[in-house]
Amino acid sequence: MTALTDLSLAEMKAGLDARTFSAVELTQAHLDAMAANRHLNAYIVETPEMALAQARAVDAGTRTGPLAGIPLGIKDLFAVEGVQTTAGSKILEGFVPRYESGVTANLLRDGAVFLGKLNMDEFAMGSSNETSAYGRVISPWKAKGSDAELVPGGSSGGSASAVSARLCAGATGTDTGGSIRQPAAFVGISGIKPTYGRCSRWGTIAFASSLDQAGPMARTVTDCALMLTSMCGFDPKDSTSLDIPVPDFAAGLTGSMKGKTVGIPTEYRLDGMDPEIAALWDQGIAWLKAEGAEIVSVSLPHTKYALPTYYIVAPAEASSNLARYDGVRYGQRVTPPGGNVHDMYAATRAAGFGKEVKRRIMIGTYVLSAGFYDAYYTQAQKVRALIARDFEQAFAQCDVLLTPTAPSPAFAFGAKADPLAMYLNDVFTVPASLAGLPAMSVPAGLSSTGLPLGLQIIGRPLDEAGVLDAGLAIERAAGFTARP
Amino acid sequence: MSVNSETVRKIARLARIAVTDDEVPGLTEQLNGILGWVEQLGEVDTSGVEPMASVMPGALRWREDVVTDGAMPDKVLANAPEAASGFFAVPKVIE
Repeated sequence: MTALTDLSLAEMKAGLDARTFSAVELTQAHLDAMAANRHLNAYIVETPEMALAQARAVDAGTRTGPLAGIPLGIKDLFAVEGVQTTAGSKILEGFVPRYESGVTANLLRDGAVFLGKLNMDEFAMGSSNETSAYGRVISPWKAKGSDAELVPGGSSGGSASAVSARLCAGATGTDTGGSIRQPAAFVGISGIKPTYGRCSRWGTIAFASSLDQAGPMARTVTDCALMLTSMCGFDPKDSTSLDIPVPDFAAGLTGSMKGKTVGIPTEYRLDGMDPEIAALWDQGIAWLKAEGAEIVSVSLPHTKYALPTYYIVAPAEASSNLARYDGVRYGQRVTPPGGNVHDMYAATRAAGFGKEVKRRIMIGTYVLSAGFYDAYYTQAQKVRALIARDFEQAFAQCDVLLTPTAPSPAFAFGAKADPLAMYLNDVFTVPASLAGLPAMSVPAGLSSTGLPLGLQIIGRPLDEAGVLDAGLAIERAAGFTARP
Repeated sequence: MSVNSETVRKIARLARIAVTDDEVPGLTEQLNGILGWVEQLGEVDTSGVEPMASVMPGALRWREDVVTDGAMPDKVLANAPEAASGFFAVPKVIE
């Protein structure tokens, strides 16, 4: 018999409905797997008591909903009432929210079981999970013939590692510049970032508010669709939340590409692109063509400016958002002996923030400072408008775009010590974030070293359904069954 | 444009992050690396382009100017490093 933890979320749902197993059995199987895999450091906090109480309520019939009894991991960026929430930062160690985030409230409403809080890059700033104050997350994957530990990607690296290693059925992630898609690609799972505004940002610890968007990470496209339907929805407490109906994404899934046009952005074929990535991309094009799609070349002329634009806009917003960590209202406080309140602010932030977070706060502070604001920040906002316009024009010719998710498979710890080298890992994911578009990564093959590679589908605003259909088409064609 | 150690200290002060003398040279180098790289945006012709602050079309939604929550001082203060008599407590501000 297949282990319960190996089932897809959809299969778990069916098994629970048919009473093939109980919610408590399913939850316990995951708690056992978590206990046996603590070396991955995927969870910062495990919540077995909460999970089992929720599961018992499902078995008793008092807890119902489309996700009743489904064991999920929650990225530590989401406030969960009564459970420590740190955003992977020391500055929030011991912070126990007295409220529930919009996204997790939706999942609880639908009956989900919460297994714990998943590790992540500090304040979601990172692409490898090396910036967490709670230790790095390790990918369950290893390259062929090597024992070297690999990064799970980031910032949702705990989510990626846990879903891939079967330590939860699915996980919440957040994506500011690729933090759902890149880690999903690195560990061979699926993940979708919906259109900006679909998921409430309320109670999700802010990094860059004009970019931050939550989404699901799971082992199949259908599982992502099931979670996405639950996570989305209007929230009056988020001023940019979209007040529009949420489709039943799973029910609407067909995987059909007949009559669809798929755009291939020429600017994404970078000089010196890894030939394996290029070959996988060509394979993806062939798969969608075989499924009946028409393939067209499109141009996104400002692609090369997306990363520098992102690294002005995101740090600028972060420097403002993270001003709240002052040692007064929550989190850690450090007061130097005899220090006044200003000394306390500076000492608290020096001790509480890690290197990458400090670097980004300082970049943001500089580009917003008097005399430099127009040259950096206003110019970046203008280029962002041009990047969004590029996509608008491309979507006049096609329904979805197909690109690689990341320029390489997962790398080893310490391989990208230079911040700029790390930033370049997000080259394919950042543009869709700047434009607020729905985008997903689907596992499509293995590298010659036996590591997962993902393909990215980018859609029109609010066309998550089209993105998921193309994702399902790739999933079916790729038949990706490899596991760590 | 590049930053020198004096500017780095000024940025750190504005950001309320204490930096030690040892940290300044490394930070200066890293910030210059990043700033030198983002400066390529200067070559883009953006004349006549409106800066994009949000991907949401139109103005932000407004709500009625009414009290929607409150009366929960215990919850508000629950995570404070130091609280006293229903207030957040900080080191002495006025001598």
